[in-house]
Amino acid sequence: MSQLPPQLTACPACQEPLEPADNFCGGCGVDLSAVPPAPDDPRAVGWRRPDTSVAREADDYRLAPPAAGVPAQPARGAGPAGPCAACRSGMIDNDGYCEHCGHAQPRERDHMEHESAGVAAVTDRGLRHHRNEDAYAVSTTDLPGRPPAVVAVVSDGVSSAARPDEASAAAVEAAHDSLVTALSRGTAPKEATHEAVVAAAEAVAALTTPGHEPREHGHYRHENAPACTIVSAVVTGDLLTVGWVGDSRAYWVPDDRSKQPARLTEDDSWAAQMVAAGLMSEAEAYADERAHAITGWLGADAYEVEPHTASYHLDRPGVVIVCTDGLWNYAESAEEMASVVPADARSRPLECARRLLTHALDGGGHDNVTVAVVPFPSRAEGAGSA
Amino acid sequence: MAHFAKPNVPGFAVDVYQNVNLPEGGREVNAIVTVTSTGADTDTGAVVPGPRVPDAAVVLMVDCSGSMDYPPAKMRSAREATAAAIDALRDGVAFAVVGGTHQAREIYPAGGRLAVADDMTRGQAKEALRKLSPGGGTAIGTWLRLADRLLSSSDAAIRHGILLTDGRNEHEEPDALRASLDACAGRFTCDARGVGTDWEVKEVTGIASALLGSADIVADPAGLAEDFTRMMETVMGKEVADVSLRLWTPQGAEVVFVKQVAPTMEELTDRRQESGPRSGDYPTGAWGDESRDYHVCVRVPSAHVGQEMLAARVSLVLPTSDGSSPHVLAQGLIRAVWTDDLEASTAISPQVAHYTGQAELALAIQQGLDLRKAGDVDGATAKLGRAVQLASRSGHADTAKLLAKVVDVVDAANGTVRLKAKVSEEAEMTLETRSTKTVRVKK
Repeated sequence: MSQLPPQLTACPACQEPLEPADNFCGGCGVDLSAVPPAPDDPRAVGWRRPDTSVAREADDYRLAPPAAGVPAQPARGAGPAGPCAACRSGMIDNDGYCEHCGHAQPRERDHMEHESAGVAAVTDRGLRHHRNEDAYAVSTTDLPGRPPAVVAVVSDGVSSAARPDEASAAAVEAAHDSLVTALSRGTAPKEATHEAVVAAAEAVAALTTPGHEPREHGHYRHENAPACTIVSAVVTGDLLTVGWVGDSRAYWVPDDRSKQPARLTEDDSWAAQMVAAGLMSEAEAYADERAHAITGWLGADAYEVEPHTASYHLDRPGVVIVCTDGLWNYAESAEEMASVVPADARSRPLECARRLLTHALDGGGHDNVTVAVVPFPSRAEGAGSA
Repeated sequence: MAHFAKPNVPGFAVDVYQNVNLPEGGREVNAIVTVTSTGADTDTGAVVPGPRVPDAAVVLMVDCSGSMDYPPAKMRSAREATAAAIDALRDGVAFAVVGGTHQAREIYPAGGRLAVADDMTRGQAKEALRKLSPGGGTAIGTWLRLADRLLSSSDAAIRHGILLTDGRNEHEEPDALRASLDACAGRFTCDARGVGTDWEVKEVTGIASALLGSADIVADPAGLAEDFTRMMETVMGKEVADVSLRLWTPQGAEVVFVKQVAPTMEELTDRRQESGPRSGDYPTGAWGDESRDYHVCVRVPSAHVGQEMLAARVSLVLPTSDGSSPHVLAQGLIRAVWTDDLEASTAISPQVAHYTGQAELALAIQQGLDLRKAGDVDGATAKLGRAVQLASRSGHADTAKLLAKVVDVVDAANGTVRLKAKVSEEAEMTLETRSTKTVRVKK
């Protein structure tokens, strides 16, 4: 037998039934010989097919296989070569759209992963947003004469502002660079965290320069300057320092699940303020449609950025979870978060991050999802910088 | 990109205004596409001082039917206007004058050819205008066909006609005019003017529309010279001809309509010529230093929330003389993004909303005037009232002024009007002829 591809019974582009001898689809005219009939083409991972009358079940999201060497810093412009991930028959034009069906192609930022000694992270577009406006930056840095510092920074772009994806990318880059530089200089983690949030705020505010926006993107909603949240975690020895502005969070989940897990951050949000003021119960506040309106953010139109910082001495093994609301919407309390963190999270942090992403996507994936996992005690000790 | 040795091709820019967001299941994408052409390379102008010589050929078609003698001032004004237009011809431009009755006659230079403008030919042409004497009928199709023959003898890029008539096209069947327009469409562009009030608005606007030119009324013959000079100067400012708007749409998409919406409303949907897979061209004629807006509406196959699609790619293309793939002057993208954010998907782009209103305004005026002619007072009052309301809301002062000559405005904001008992023919025809003129979005 020769290696003939399996016979197509319906057109992959328009679902028109096909005769065995058809070379072209009678419905839409697509060249059937040019269609690779491989339903599990790796290029299609993470891609949801366009609305067609059949095969909707096949739309289920599948997690990408481990991708080595995905950079923590988002890069732009590297579009996929070859046929379209949606219709599999058109080529991709210079603007990143299919020349046949017009669908935008998966972008690098749609799904990214990182794992190195001491820290792992995953970010994903989710199921309902057309682009990923979250970003992360993670690393482990050797400090002279001291235990290495593990740094994880996560940011969530504010969708109702202009260019939220650029805001979050700028924020994590600035905060991460500032943290690593300060820690290397010997600055105390709490002070370094404060400086890092301020540096991120400045970087996001600087994005307001006009002329950035391609005019095609429509003029609607452009009254708001680029804005985002930020949360950072630094582990040096047994000292954990978190810093944040907005509603991205950090959690502590001890290995021993009989011990109390904890939420380490306090949201700058309408719901948190209602609860803090004793006006509503937590359940009531988070059920309100205003719950997620944030009262603190980074951006040129933020009234005054007040970086929150907190330090904790860790006295038992566990993991620090640093995440955006795309995850914690599906595991709000510390107990809920602990219940979805796998038991082997500390030894397999990337697997843990993926499991948490899957939890968010199974719950509906209504927002971009980003999660960084920092095991304690750090596996990076003695492992050198990553 | 290769360097194009086309010093006279102006720079084109395309801007797209739209709300890209669609609700779940949403399929219709609307966008306003602003095309702006800015003057040709000014460096070349510095080498040769004085005004640029356009690569153009122009034929002036002047009505010489018997009615031009009533009053005699009409024929005299037409001669003076033609002379003024001839004076506005730049040196080097090819031109001819045609006298039109139930047949077409070459007035200058004759012999089935065009003259090249200089001091001598301009003088001879003006001298020859004496031969423009009234007598005979009106068959505009024959004038256009003669203009086409004369213009085809020139290899100028910009081929343009200027047509003046004072009466109905009585001496040929409407089908004959239609056939002539079809034959001439795409071969040259033409402005049309009606002088006096005895001509048919739909005939004159139909000629301008088919041949991608402007139409207007010159009720008082005394205003002709100024209008002709202005038209000729516009032609002299044209730098590139035969530009098409090319629209690519994805598989399974359907073009609902393509309209020019500024400076005038012009339906282009049916003028599509297929130019490749899922791609069609719409003619836009010749361009000088100007800006025009187009409303494009495309129906795309629906996709899941969170997905993004290119709903259309709009480009301005210029055919190449050797038939190879056309030169793309500029392009823009019309996108669709499906979202469950209702606030985002229900917002209407202010540009789309504005021109949707301008299209309704033009339609309301035409329907209102038709109903008025048919004697339907209530229907006409409702339509013209709506027109007054739309003109007031969009700040279209010119149209509001013209409307006020046909109706008594009681309350512009609410569109409450009364039909005037007596309306001059001039006011009604002016309103009808100019009903398709639009204003742009206020900044």
